[in-house]
Amino acid sequence: MLRSRIIPCLLVHNKGLVKTLKFSVENGKYVGDPINAVKIFNEKQVDEIMVIDIDATVQGREPDYVMIKNVATECRMPLCYGGGVTSVEQVRKIIKLGAEKVAISAAALANPELLCQMSEAVGAQSVVLVLDIAKKKGLFGGSHYEIFTNNGKKKTGKKLYEFLEEIKDFSYGELVINNIDLDGVMEGYDMEMCDNVRKLTDVPLTFLGGAGSYEDLKKLVSRFKVIGAAAGSIFVFKGVYKAVLINYPKRFEKDELIKGNFSH
Amino acid sequence: MITILDYGSGNINAIRNIYERLNISYEFATTIEQIIKADHILLPGVGAFDETISTLQKKGFTEVLNKKVQEEKVPVLGICVGMQMLADTSEEGTLNGLGWIPGKVKKFDKNLIPDKPKIPHLGWNSIEISRNCPLFKDIDPDVGFYFVHSYYFECADEADVICKTIYGNTFHSAVNRENVYGVQFHPEKSHDNGIQLLRNFANL
Repeated sequence: MLRSRIIPCLLVHNKGLVKTLKFSVENGKYVGDPINAVKIFNEKQVDEIMVIDIDATVQGREPDYVMIKNVATECRMPLCYGGGVTSVEQVRKIIKLGAEKVAISAAALANPELLCQMSEAVGAQSVVLVLDIAKKKGLFGGSHYEIFTNNGKKKTGKKLYEFLEEIKDFSYGELVINNIDLDGVMEGYDMEMCDNVRKLTDVPLTFLGGAGSYEDLKKLVSRFKVIGAAAGSIFVFKGVYKAVLINYPKRFEKDELIKGNFSH
Repeated sequence: MITILDYGSGNINAIRNIYERLNISYEFATTIEQIIKADHILLPGVGAFDETISTLQKKGFTEVLNKKVQEEKVPVLGICVGMQMLADTSEEGTLNGLGWIPGKVKKFDKNLIPDKPKIPHLGWNSIEISRNCPLFKDIDPDVGFYFVHSYYFECADEADVICKTIYGNTFHSAVNRENVYGVQFHPEKSHDNGIQLLRNFANL
């Protein structure tokens, strides 16, 4: 039976790992060296790991292939790499370096067709669409979720639910929704948004942003049975003072988290 | 020694790391000469079916592999697309597979499956062992393995199935006929179970 995935998401900034707050590096915290973190997560037998280079798109540069290769080689769990990916050739190259999945965001928003081209090259199972979203108030009351790029700094003008409708028939393997408003806040996932997104897509789905405890992960898992529950803060901080300490649910804790929630 | 075919598939480094940790010798093969000397052959695979098969053909590996596997009966293990290549055909492409284990590679069709599973099949899933096989010695079937795929292997002969996995429908997640072995999941990304499986292959 297929189980939910509990996924640490690591953000790379200036070659180190940071934990951002509302996607801001300035208010973030240095949490260590990527390879070292991967080694610890190996020992903790994590389900899968996401490594996102948050500098690449902003600086308009190529992904750091040396870093990707080193991380992929070290990973004894599946790796999803994201950051600065704009072309089919880059995706092919990153898969060849040993990542199982490549995440695309800004480039896919500019040209959704890219998702299909990438899927054709490496198989849809390896193409992950990441959407960074934030809640915006409408002019006449109400609110909607808008999609951002460049670490939440650049508006795309696209609304989340409309965009998911628009790309309904496009080929890709996983959708990751990153809620910028909740990044680093540790107060739980935005369940209403999660519900709406689940209805709009048929691909495997992962939510990121908001988890503040294992209990939050459990809530998400029990709502959706099979889901990707991604988080940053809870896997790198410990205690009220947020001391940096890499941690992950132990086998029995994880069994408890996902208990009874499977797909056949 | 494990001869890992290097035809541009990315997961070879993760496989190498595990064999290094286990202190089992291995080599990456990029030439026909290396394959000729092999006593254990590993076919890794991340990618699309046709792309992988045609790379194998372009490198001129197909003929020597047929000889090693079908005449010399050298143990061979295909992983993910490397496993799917063992079949006769795949719905993902138009090229023929290696045909070492009779069967077809099919696409999960969410419209035909009552549970409408999400495609691809992605994540950790358990396995049900169909028959004893040295490749699965000391494997915990409930913990299972990591899967990421949209297509699955369907053996023509049920006797070739080592284990099954349920996702929408039940599919054949590991196969074996004589010296030919294939696993749909990624042992190099499946922690203890995966390490144990790669060790078992070396001991065949």
